[in-house]
Amino acid sequence: MAFLVGGSICVIGQIINNLFLQGGLSIKDAAAATSSFLIFLGAFFTGLGYYDELGKVAGAGSIVPITGFANSIVSSALEFKSDGYISGVGARIFNIAGPILVYGTLVSILVGLVYYFAR
Amino acid sequence: MELLKAFVLGGLICLIGQLVMDLTPFNFSSADILVTYVTIGAILSAFGLYQPLIDWGGAGATVPLSGFGHSLAQGAIEGVKTRGLLGALGGGLAATSTGVAVAIVFGLVFATFTQPKG
Amino acid sequence: MAEKKIGRQTLQFSSTPIITSWASVVGPMEEKGALGDKFDLVLTDNLAGEKTWEKAEQKMMQYSIELALEKQSLLPKDLDFYLAGDLLNQIICANFTARALNTPFIGLYGACSTLAEGLCMAGLILDGGFAERIGVSASSHHDSAEKQYRTPTELGDQRPMTAQWTVTGSASYLVEKTGNGIMLTHATIGRIIDLGSSNAQNLGEAMAPAAMDTIKTHFEDLGRSEKDYDLIVTGDLGLLGHSILKELLKEKGISSDNFNDCGIMIYNPDQDTHMGGSGCGCSAVVLAAHLIERLQSGQYQRILFIGTGALLSPLSTFQGETIPCIAHAVVLESK
Repeated sequence: MAFLVGGSICVIGQIINNLFLQGGLSIKDAAAATSSFLIFLGAFFTGLGYYDELGKVAGAGSIVPITGFANSIVSSALEFKSDGYISGVGARIFNIAGPILVYGTLVSILVGLVYYFAR
Repeated sequence: MELLKAFVLGGLICLIGQLVMDLTPFNFSSADILVTYVTIGAILSAFGLYQPLIDWGGAGATVPLSGFGHSLAQGAIEGVKTRGLLGALGGGLAATSTGVAVAIVFGLVFATFTQPKG
Repeated sequence: MAEKKIGRQTLQFSSTPIITSWASVVGPMEEKGALGDKFDLVLTDNLAGEKTWEKAEQKMMQYSIELALEKQSLLPKDLDFYLAGDLLNQIICANFTARALNTPFIGLYGACSTLAEGLCMAGLILDGGFAERIGVSASSHHDSAEKQYRTPTELGDQRPMTAQWTVTGSASYLVEKTGNGIMLTHATIGRIIDLGSSNAQNLGEAMAPAAMDTIKTHFEDLGRSEKDYDLIVTGDLGLLGHSILKELLKEKGISSDNFNDCGIMIYNPDQDTHMGGSGCGCSAVVLAAHLIERLQSGQYQRILFIGTGALLSPLSTFQGETIPCIAHAVVLESK
């Protein structure tokens, strides 16, 4: 199931990417727009309460695509709304996704530094 | 054909994650999986090993979170080319800034208008 | 010389306090379970008209104690003491319910063993001549527990097969010096047993040794065996924990034919809860809705009710700690 769902989400991404390219966006912009749209989809279905049902069945197939990233952010935001917008949503929105940004940034800096000194 | 390749590659990348979750005795959380994928994507990208995957499978490689790692790494490299050392520091985040901003906005929008259903 | 203490950990309530009233309130998922039609009240959904899971849980606990009182035409002021606990940080659900009742309050935390712990304490207070009537409540709520202990409820992650489902349920009991109902004859206070389990998603495995320790101590203290009970029921070991307990019993030559577990009893297999139910509410509602009825009718003469609790915190496993567990037992007999 992980294979099927993961593959399907990627296909949706590909279709959207092609649509943006046809619409005249550059390759880079189309990529950014596609990511944004997929993040929207993940957020949308999380808000409707369907993404967790999908996750139960699909496992990594719904966690790994960028929609899973959106799901982790929106689900945290939703859950902590009860604690207020500043201390709840604001403070906890990156509860699950935070490590991605922290360690992703760290790795990118390391890559950058290595590249800088290796040039 | 392009769609089929995206399907297969994306599916495979997710499947690997699923197998790791199911077959190892460790208790991997969502967060563990996500961080690992981003990191591996970034490292492969740094060695130029991720672009070939994108060339073959398109969205099959960009949609999974390893693709986000690739953007981070490439962003840092681009940053170094254009701004030197400062670019190494800021380039990754700069390249992925749209995605992060969008995630924050939608997070807030949906938090405001929907309720967790349990 | 403590005359009422038998052996190492067992207490004999010679004045036999009586459980005179009980009430259970659950969420919709529990109503679809194996004991569905036996609960006193079912919430329409897990929010029960409130804005947060926590407020819904508090409403549920309050309904259950008010219902238990109502069945005896009593009011909160008729309680000498109120003993209650839940899974939330600082047991706020119990605190706010006690605020609503405005009775002298003793808060309890025993994780999933809270109800058993409450009955033990009620027995102590009543048998000691310190009160005439005590209210005991325990509750848990699936979503408030997930939010605090694990992950946001809308997160699309996969629960491992060893996980249990926290019951959305609350039950309350009135325990009195005299009256009609079920006799509370003995209690065995458990001690912490930690055999090094550190997987917070597999609590059944962590708690089974604690249940075994209390059962063994109880039998030794009173000179009894499993044959002296119509039913020996644990709170929420779940399918895996229960089978581990059976292995441990077998090693000691104890037959497990009349053993069961509330976590297994509460849900149907098709509800996909993996190992079964858990939470303070699990043992509390199963006892109120199902087991006590069988004691009342005489189908069971005497049962041993063992609440099992995993005393970890949301952070302790991240800090590398293992999971300390406990099991408290009470003997309930039909009059």
